[in-house]
Formats: sequence, structure tokens, C-alpha cells
Amino acid sequence: MKAMAPKKSRNETDHPDAPRPEAEWKLRLYVAGQTPKSLTAFANLRRICEEHLAGRYQIEVIDLMKHPELAQTDQIIALPTLVRKLPEPMKRIVGDLSNSERVVLGMNLEKLSGSPS
Amino acid sequence: MRKPTSRLTLLKKVPTGINGFDEITGGGLPAGRPTLVCGSAGCGKSLFGLEFLIRGATEYGDPGVLMTFEESADDIRKNVASLGFDIEALIAKKKLVIDFVRVERGEIEEHGEYDLEGLFIRLAHSIAAIGAKRVVLDTIETLFAGLSNEAILRSELRRLFGWLKERGMTTVITGERAGDQLTRQGLEEFISDCVIFLDHRVVGHVSTRRLRVVKYRGSTHGTNEYPFLIDENGISILPITSSDLEYEVSTERVSTGVPGLDEMLGGLGYYRGSTVLLSGTAGTGKTSVAAHLAQATCARGERCLFFSFEESASQILRNMRTVGVDLQPFVRQEVLLIHSARPTVYGLEMHLVQIHKMIAQFQPAVVIVDPVSNLKTAGTIEESSALFIRLIDFLRKKGILGFLVSLTSGANALEATDEGISSMVDTWLLLRDLESNGERNKVLHVLKSRGMNHSNQVREFHITSKGVKLVDAYLGPAGVLTGSARLAQEAHEAADAERSKQEMERREMALSHRRNAMEAQIKALRAAFDADAEEFRKTADYERIRLGKIEIDREAMARSRRVTERSKKNNHK
Repeated sequence: MKAMAPKKSRNETDHPDAPRPEAEWKLRLYVAGQTPKSLTAFANLRRICEEHLAGRYQIEVIDLMKHPELAQTDQIIALPTLVRKLPEPMKRIVGDLSNSERVVLGMNLEKLSGSPS
Repeated sequence: MRKPTSRLTLLKKVPTGINGFDEITGGGLPAGRPTLVCGSAGCGKSLFGLEFLIRGATEYGDPGVLMTFEESADDIRKNVASLGFDIEALIAKKKLVIDFVRVERGEIEEHGEYDLEGLFIRLAHSIAAIGAKRVVLDTIETLFAGLSNEAILRSELRRLFGWLKERGMTTVITGERAGDQLTRQGLEEFISDCVIFLDHRVVGHVSTRRLRVVKYRGSTHGTNEYPFLIDENGISILPITSSDLEYEVSTERVSTGVPGLDEMLGGLGYYRGSTVLLSGTAGTGKTSVAAHLAQATCARGERCLFFSFEESASQILRNMRTVGVDLQPFVRQEVLLIHSARPTVYGLEMHLVQIHKMIAQFQPAVVIVDPVSNLKTAGTIEESSALFIRLIDFLRKKGILGFLVSLTSGANALEATDEGISSMVDTWLLLRDLESNGERNKVLHVLKSRGMNHSNQVREFHITSKGVKLVDAYLGPAGVLTGSARLAQEAHEAADAERSKQEMERREMALSHRRNAMEAQIKALRAAFDADAEEFRKTADYERIRLGKIEIDREAMARSRRVTERSKKNNHK
């Protein structure tokens, strides 16, 4: 699969190249083209990650318009869908992530908020 | 989304290939439109969808996509393998795509706006992969369990159905019934073209499946409930309303297999393609008459299908062998097929569908159902009589001679069949017991036989080791007598005859004695008379002689006297 590179992807895709061998948080965002909803979702996700997981996360964006076969293999129904691949267990969140409070809760990020960023 | 490439007329239909369904809908499902197939759990809606795809792929060359929300592709593969469908081959040939959409409650969290574009992409991808023409969504309502934003779901579903319509996909959408609503989420409000309702009812411990076309826009359709059956060949629907009274009749006659019975039916037997009802009380030999018909049919080289709802095939073969009807060779030659089933093994409709299917496969000239009366234990009386009417219609249309055996229970009036089919049948034979003088004897009547000069007489019915025999019953001034009463009466009559014969002889002898006596007497009288006559003659002769002598004497005397006189005279002178 190929990661879509959004305009400002410095914080995301650059991290694997950083000294840390593996990102602690592996997130994957499924979208269908550059729709307002997918752009909102991506922006929201990045904001939340920067806020809580700066430097410890990796975001992979998958455009199903380009890889429609992945919709079936990854069991995607609704878009946008965010999948937390790591840490286990895998979690799914659908929607444009506009309510960051609840996303934080849903991803169990609140415990991390106090930890050094 | 893509604009519709061609304008579809409302009445264009896509055949489902499902046995009987295309008949009742006049061609199948509306082409390029979604159809809702709904019903409670286990009603067969998923199978309907699946068969629509499989038949479409195998019989009409239409590739299809199955999007399943409840069962995994693996489960489906296993389920339909038992129905004789080879899904693997269809998938390999790119005729079928199965996409299992896994939706689990609580697994997905929702934050903010979303849509179901993922589902659209999956579907579009599958459709494009094989050039699908048919789509089945089974059961899309499951989405409501996994995703909580109903407003989004509903609008997205509406969009999905519209999208499928735009692409010209003939789609089956299944939905589960809930309460008064056809589907839990009211899918029927989105799908206005065609709604089919499947039902699975249990009446008297027997389940019956039914199908109803609730709505079919732009098409006439039967509004009845059609019974259907699910078996190893998938769904079979039995149209009732296609039964009408238009069929060809034959003037050809076929033997009943019982010589005496042929004679009673104008000497020629039944009409080919007619319906014969044989009713009778227990143990009157109904099955034997049926077996004779089977034997006669098979001996002509025609096929006979024997439905037995009481005895197993081997039991019939054994029992009939003891009355001199050996059906075994015909079974071996496959001109006779005996199908045994318990009446309660499934509902009436299922039986009828089963009968239809077997007839279609075996193509018999004669169908025997023994007994039809047992079938009513599988349903209500109303249902069973409707069933028999349909069965009779079906047989007549196919030109098959139907021989229905009905057991009348002892308490019922013999000439009343509870199945209410007697008015439908062409020939009605009645076997009954006559009880008299401490024995039961069987007699056979022909109650009616349309279009032939049939006997009005009662025949005594014997089951011998060489088959069924009909004996003329005793018909005399003392009434109709059978069995030993007939024999007694016959002996009695013979004795009577003998007695009167002897009496006559005696009288004759007496007369001849009298004649002899008379003649002897006459002889004696004649003898006496002769004797008298002789005597008289002798006396007469004697008299005559005597008289002659007297004359002579007198003359002599006179002469002498004259002499004296003369002398006297002379003396005087």
C-alpha cells in the first residue's frame, strides 16, 4: 500500500526515519479522494496527534479511490475511517474526528496527555 | 456517479431462474431495479438472493455480486454446497463475487460526520471486477447494529439504492421482518419497485413456507400466497393461480390392470389423463387395485410414479408379490418409481411441490397417490382439498392418469370423501365391506365414470394369490348376496332346483305308473270285455243255433202238423 502524502507531512511520515526504530502509534486513515470530509478528518487527526503524541506516531493515509480493493480486505464501510493498528488492540473510529475530546477518549489518549511529549 | 447508460422500460424483467418464481411474476424481478425480499429469520430470504445470483450466473450468464453482512463467504460456501451449488467454480470463472462485510456492534466508534462511501467503493470494485449485472445485499440492515447514526445510514442507503438503480443493477435486498413492519428499519420506504414477502408458518407442528408478492410496480402479479419448498435443488415455488380449466383431453383408454374392472368401465378401462379416485374402508384392497394399475402401466412400457404415504417401497413390493403382482422387475427397469414418505414429514405444500418435482423429473404416464387421505394429517382439511384440486389440475394438464386412493374411516359416510375431491375426479370407484352372516365381504362399485358407459352393478371383490378378481355378485330376488351367503344362496338354489327336479321325476314316474295301471286296467277291461264278447258270441251262436233248431223243429212240427191237418181235413171232407 502506498501512503498518500498530504501537503504538510513532515511530522507524520518523517518519523520512521527518526532514531526510534518503530513508531509507538501506528494510525491509518482511510479516505475516498480529497473530499472536505477527508481533509477535515486528516487535519483533526494531525492536530490531536501533535497535541498528545508528538514524535511517537505514524499516520498512513489510504485513498480508496486509488486502492478500492483495500476496502474489502480491510473491512471498510464508512469513510473516513481511522484505524489504530498499534498499540494493540486494533481500534476503529469513523467520522471526521471533529469532536477531539471524544477521539482522545476513544483512542485512550488521555492517559498520555500528562506524559512528556 | 455514472449516469444511466440506457433508459430501462418499466416492464423489463430479469428471470431469477428460481423454480416457479418467474411464472408468478410474469418473468422475474424488475430489471435494473432493487427488489426487497423480506421475512422473518429462517424464511429463506438469503437463499432466495443467493439462488438469484447462482441461477443468473449459470443459466443466464449474468455475473453477480453478493454482499453479505451476516455470514462469511466461507459459511455461505458451506451452506450452499449442501444445496448442490458449486460456488467455488463460479468464483473462479469470475461469475460471482462474495464480499463479506463484517459489522460488529461496539467495534466502531463514531466521531463526527461520515458516509458509507467505503461500501460504495467495495461494491463498485466488485461489480467492475466481473462486469456484474446482479447484486444481492444480504442483510444490509445489519449496518444499523454496527453504526449508530441512523440519519446518516438512512440517507446513505437511499443513496445506495439510487446508485444501484443508476448502474442498472438488478438488486435483491433482504430485510428481516419486525413486528408489523416488513423490515426492521423500514427499508420498504426506499424500495418501491418490488417487494416480496417470505413467510415460514407452523400450523399443527408442520411448517409451511410461503411467498407473496406484496408489490410489483408496473407489473401485474399474483397476490396469493404461494407455497414454496427448499430442498437440495434450492427454492421451488408452486403457483396456484396458474391453474385453470384449459387442458387437452384424451379419448385413449388404458387398462385398469383388473380384467373385471375394465369390463365394468365399458370394457376398456380408464381414460388416459383422467383422474380416478378409489375410496374405501381399511383393508378393502385399495393398494392392490393401485398395484394392478402400476403393473399394467409398466407392462405397456410406460412409466408409473407411485407415492406411498403409508408403506415403504419394499413393503409394497413384498405385499403385492403375495397377491400375485410382482412389481420388482419394473422397479429394476426404472419404469416404476415408488416414493415413500411420512405425511407429517413436512407440510402439505412441501408434499405437493415434491410431487410436482418428481413428476417433472420422472415424466410418468400414471401417478398413484396412496392414500391421499393420509396427507390431510399434514395440514388442515381446507388446505388439503385445495392441494388436491391443484394436484388434479396439474396431472390433467400434463395428461397424466392420476389414481388417488382415499381411506374412508368406518364412521364416515362411505360416499363422502373428506378431501372433497370426488366432484373433481372423472372416475370414482368405491370399495366397501358388506357385513352379513358373521363375515365381511368386499364389493366394488363404480360410483361414477365420466364419458363412458359404466356398469351400475356391484361386483364382489376377491384378492387371490393371482391378483384381484371380480366376481359377479349374486343378484336375485333375495337381494345382493356376497361371500358365503352368496355361496349358501347358490347352494340353496341348487338344492331347490334338484328337489324340484326330483319332484318332477317322481311325478312323472307316478304318472307313468298311473298310465301303466290305467293301461293294465284298460287291458283287463278289454280282456274282460273280450271274454264277455266271446261269451256273448258263443251264447249268441248257441242261441242262433238253438233258435235255428227251434225253427227247424217248428217247421218240422208245422209240416207234421200240416200233414195232420190235411189229414184231418181230409177226414172232414
